[in-house]
Formats: sequence, C-alpha cells, structure tokens
Amino acid sequence: MINESVDKSKRQFLTTALTVVGAVGTGYLAVPFLSQMQPSVKAMAAGAPVEVDISKIEAGQLIRVAWRGKPVWVLQRTPEVLATLTTLDNQLSDPQSNQSSQPNSSKNPARSMKPEIFVAVGLCTHLGCSPTFRPEVAPHDLGADWKGGFFCPCHGSWFDLAGRVYKGVPAPTNLEVPPYRYITDTQIIIGEEEKAA
Amino acid sequence: MNLKPTRLRMCGNWVLDRFPLAQVWNEHMAHYYAPKNFNFWYFFGSLALLVLVNQFVTGILLTMNYKPDAKFAFDSVEYIMRDVNWGWLVRYMHSTGASAFFIVVYLHMFRGLLYGSFKQPRELIWIFGMLLFVALMAEAFMGYLLPWGQMSYWGAQVIISLFSAIPVIGDDLALWIRGDYVISDATLNRFFAFHVIAVPLVLVLLVFMHIVALHEVGSNNPDGIDIKKSKDPWGHPVDGIPFHPYYTVKDVVGVAVFLIFFATIIFYMPEMGGYFLEHANFIPADPMKTPEHIAPVWYFTPFYSILRAIPDKFAGVIGMGGSIVVLFLLPWLDRGKVKSIRYRGGIYKKALMLFVVSFIALGYLGTQPVTPLATIMARIFTAYYFGFFLLMPIYTRWEKLKPVPSHLTTQPTLEERIPDMIAVFNEVIETKSVTTEEGTTELKKHFNPTGAKNVLIRTAKNLKESLD
Repeated sequence: MINESVDKSKRQFLTTALTVVGAVGTGYLAVPFLSQMQPSVKAMAAGAPVEVDISKIEAGQLIRVAWRGKPVWVLQRTPEVLATLTTLDNQLSDPQSNQSSQPNSSKNPARSMKPEIFVAVGLCTHLGCSPTFRPEVAPHDLGADWKGGFFCPCHGSWFDLAGRVYKGVPAPTNLEVPPYRYITDTQIIIGEEEKAA
Repeated sequence: MNLKPTRLRMCGNWVLDRFPLAQVWNEHMAHYYAPKNFNFWYFFGSLALLVLVNQFVTGILLTMNYKPDAKFAFDSVEYIMRDVNWGWLVRYMHSTGASAFFIVVYLHMFRGLLYGSFKQPRELIWIFGMLLFVALMAEAFMGYLLPWGQMSYWGAQVIISLFSAIPVIGDDLALWIRGDYVISDATLNRFFAFHVIAVPLVLVLLVFMHIVALHEVGSNNPDGIDIKKSKDPWGHPVDGIPFHPYYTVKDVVGVAVFLIFFATIIFYMPEMGGYFLEHANFIPADPMKTPEHIAPVWYFTPFYSILRAIPDKFAGVIGMGGSIVVLFLLPWLDRGKVKSIRYRGGIYKKALMLFVVSFIALGYLGTQPVTPLATIMARIFTAYYFGFFLLMPIYTRWEKLKPVPSHLTTQPTLEERIPDMIAVFNEVIETKSVTTEEGTTELKKHFNPTGAKNVLIRTAKNLKESLD
C-alpha cells in the first residue's frame, strides 16, 4: 500500500507551522484595526482648558460650562449650605472622598479650593447622566430627608451640594472634581492644575 | 411526436446544470416536511424574516439622504421627514419596523417557551436565535443614536457607560467604543458603520445558520412530538406536510394580518404615544443637559428595569447582562422530560404565567421614573425573573406530566367550537316569553345569575385542573 510509506509527520509539521505563522500575522493585523478605533490625535488634542468668570455668579446660583465636551458646574454656595454639609457624613458612602476622583487641592470636606465656589464635572459616576440641580430643602417629590443637592433622574442617585454620594444609591463614588485653579479671585481656569508652590 | 423543448426551458436547464437551484428549493421548501398542526404561534418566524427585509430595504433608502455627522445628522433626519419624496413613509416604516421586529421576536421566543422548542435536539437553534436577539439589540441600540436627538445621545451615554463598570479594563473599553472622551461625532460615525454594514451582515449570517440548523433537525410543533418517528412508505412523516405550498400559503395570511397592524401604526400612530419614537428625541442632542426623564425604547425596558433595581453599579451591570445570559442556558436549565406545555405539569404553567407577568411589569416599570415603591416592585420582579430560570433545574423535576400522545392531535376548529359557545351564551342569557300590559307576548332576554355562576365555576374548575 502506498499510504503506509507516506511520512505524515512532515505534513503535520508544515500544517502546524502555517497555522502558527497565520495566527501571528492575524494578531499583528488586529493591532492597527483595533487601535484605529481609539480616540484620534485630533480628539485627544481637543481638551483645551476653559476660563470661567465667577464674579457674576450669585449666592446659590449654578452655571454650566463645557469642558472637553462634558458639562462642568460652577456653584456658589451660601454659608448655610456649607453648614449643612458637615451634618451629612453618616448618610454618605464616601464623606472623606477617599474613593473618589478630585485634585489634591479639593480633597477636603467641602471638596473645593475655596469653600464657597464648588466646581464639579456634571456627570453621574453611575452611568454618565447629568444630574439635576435641586437646591431646595425637602421638596415633595424627593422627600423630607432631602437637604439640597443633585438628583440623577436616570437611576435615582443622590448627591449633596459637595457632590458627595449618598448611601444606598447606584452611583459608586462622589462626583468628579476636574483640575482647576484660580487666575484671579474672580476667574478660574478649568483643566489646569494648581502649580506646585 | 417529437416534443421540442422551448427556448425558455433550455435557458432554465442551462442554469440548473450549473447551479443546484431545484435542489435547494426542494430541500428547504417543497420537500421540507413540517408538522401539520402549526398554530397561531408559528407565524412569527416568517414575520421576523419579513420585518428584516423591510428594515434592509427602507434602511438602504434612508442612507441615501442621512448624514452621519454630529453637525448634520439631526437636520438630515428632519430633511428626510419634510423634503424627501415619501421620506416620511420610509423613515416611519424603518422606525416602526424596529419595534415590530421586537414584538415579533418576543412572541417567537415565547412560542419556544410554550412548546419546548429549545429542547433536545434543537438546542443549537435556540443558541443561534439568542445570538440573533443579541445582535438585534445591538443593531437597534446603534440605530437609535443616528437621529442624534436628546434620547439618542443620553441613551448611548448610559449604555456605553455600562462597559466602564467592568473592573480594570472598563474605562479603556468604553473609551475605545466611543472613540472619544464623550459621545461625539466619532461615536456617531462608527455607530453608523456598525448599524448599516457590520451588524446586518452578522444578522444575515445568523439567520442562515438558524434556518439551516432548523431544517436539519426539523420543526417542533404544539404537541412537542417528533414527527419523524412514524413515516409513510415513501419515507415522508405521516404527520408532516410540505412547507411549500401549505405553510407558504398559511404564512401569507399571517403577513396580511400583520401588514394591517403595521400600516395602521405607520399611518395613524407612528410615534405610538412616545413608545416607538420618544418625545425627547425631537430635540437635538445637548451634551450639557440630560432630559428630566430618560428611558430606553420599550423593547429594552425589562432589562433596564433590572439594571435600575440593583443598587450597585457593577452588580447592576452584571444583573442586566445575566438576564440575557441566563436565556442562553435555558436548554440545560429545563429538566422537564416533555416539550409541549400541553403535557407539562401545572408547576411549569404557573411559573411561566408569572414569568410573563414579571417580564411585562419590568417592561412597564422601565418606562416610569424612579420612585421608592417602583424600585421595590422592580426588585421583586427581578428576583422572580431570575428565579424562573435559575430554580428551573429544581422545580421542573417535580412536574406531574400528562401522557403524551403518539401522534399529533387536532384542536377543534372555530366552527366546531361555535355550538359550545352558543350553549354557554344561552346558559348566561335566558330568553323568556313575557306577556306585556297590552296583552301581546314578547321574547325578552334576561341575565341569568345562576347560569353565569355555573359557567364561572366550570371555567375555574377547568383552569384548576389544567394548572394542577
């Protein structure tokens, strides 16, 4: 029989070698294909810092500015609001902001460089909706426990007026505070860190 | 006499000698034997195919005028609606078709639950079908971003953020999907590419595999009996009839009825009260402001409810994903020995009924804003949703099965049911001859409470017997 004299080990070697080379080649080709879906150079360059004039914000008022396509809130807090913040610690899941994202200059109980001016990225840390600003105390739709804060209508997460998340809601961490610094007393720039003194 | 083949026949033979058209036709249509007792529930497979064709045709027409650019997308959809000849019709056929697709597919899947169509030897048909369902959800989700309205934008924001809940790789994965740090032009452009070419190709491939697998093992039927067990001398199943012409003609009737509903929606209620096209989507996307109340389109709301019910980001995403994954496992979770619900025990009937209730309730809750009561309800129904599947290996073992006949049964036709219906009607509404004041006699119909009571008791007894 002819079959008996065929040396199949050489064929097997060639088949295996071709499979391995083919797999490596496919792997190499996958790199440009997959990475071309990453943000382009243009998209990465688009995150320029934004200057905000805060002199016109009244007490209790919130303004929205766009930074890197995201809404950023600048809120002027009253002394009464700042006083209530300290009473909430046991209802919050991360009152000291240890698990949350903020620059070091804002890692304090009021989560801001100057207590009155609060700056935060207005996107819920749960699934990225923009929470609504609900400064009034105990409105009928949110109940008597509401001390003023931000309410995310998408999935019902609660945040206080320092962007700190309450316990028992879907959002895992406090609202993100972007890097920002004061140029003058009435002007901040969002997207740039305080330079180390 | 010498019969000369016509020129047309010669052309036909030329093709048939080179391409096995007749063979394919016979294998899948003319000589494909399907059980003879298909009922209402067996319309939805062919209807799903019809809707798929509808989506392809209208989708191709829409791409001729739509612009996948964040600056122009919203306006180009308005342009299609207002200025393109018949653009409104094509667009409404496409948007209504998306909802119709899910209605048809959910009913098609429910048929599988009723008659055990996912059970041995049809596990792979079910798996291909589930893959189709997942691909269809991806297709619908990406298509919904294209009009670039408020709901498009924020819906995509929420769903893509789901991926960021995955530990370690999550944030990079979400960034890779978006192609930018937020939903932007890059995202819209790539979703367009996926929606019009990548996912449709996958859908076509999966439909092909779904049907090839079905025609290999043969169709299930409302009795859940294998018709291949008894064959006539020619090797055809005794209880089978050729798909063509019998079921092609039957399906034409289904298509006609379906088109009546489809056309009614397209012409009179294309937005379906905000369920098929959401009101907030008539406002252009605004990355600075989320609409007061956001909800996905109705066909995603059961799964969305499960996501919202779980008060933890990662666990919520796992729950939502798990509610789909558990469907894939169905053929191995169900240990019941009998396929059709007609011969299954009452425990499965009750479980399935409660499952339908909880699926619809979850769907409804998903369209509503979050309140503490709604959250508790959603949690109960979520627990039931998973209980139905995950406890299946236990409760399907306790089933008291009914004897399965060896041949297909015939259900009474509507005509045969009419005498019984008349008897029930006469029992409830009594006819009496009454003498009026003028001395004439009249036949008067009266509601008979004892008769009605008897009918109710009988119905309740029958129901209880069937559920035991």
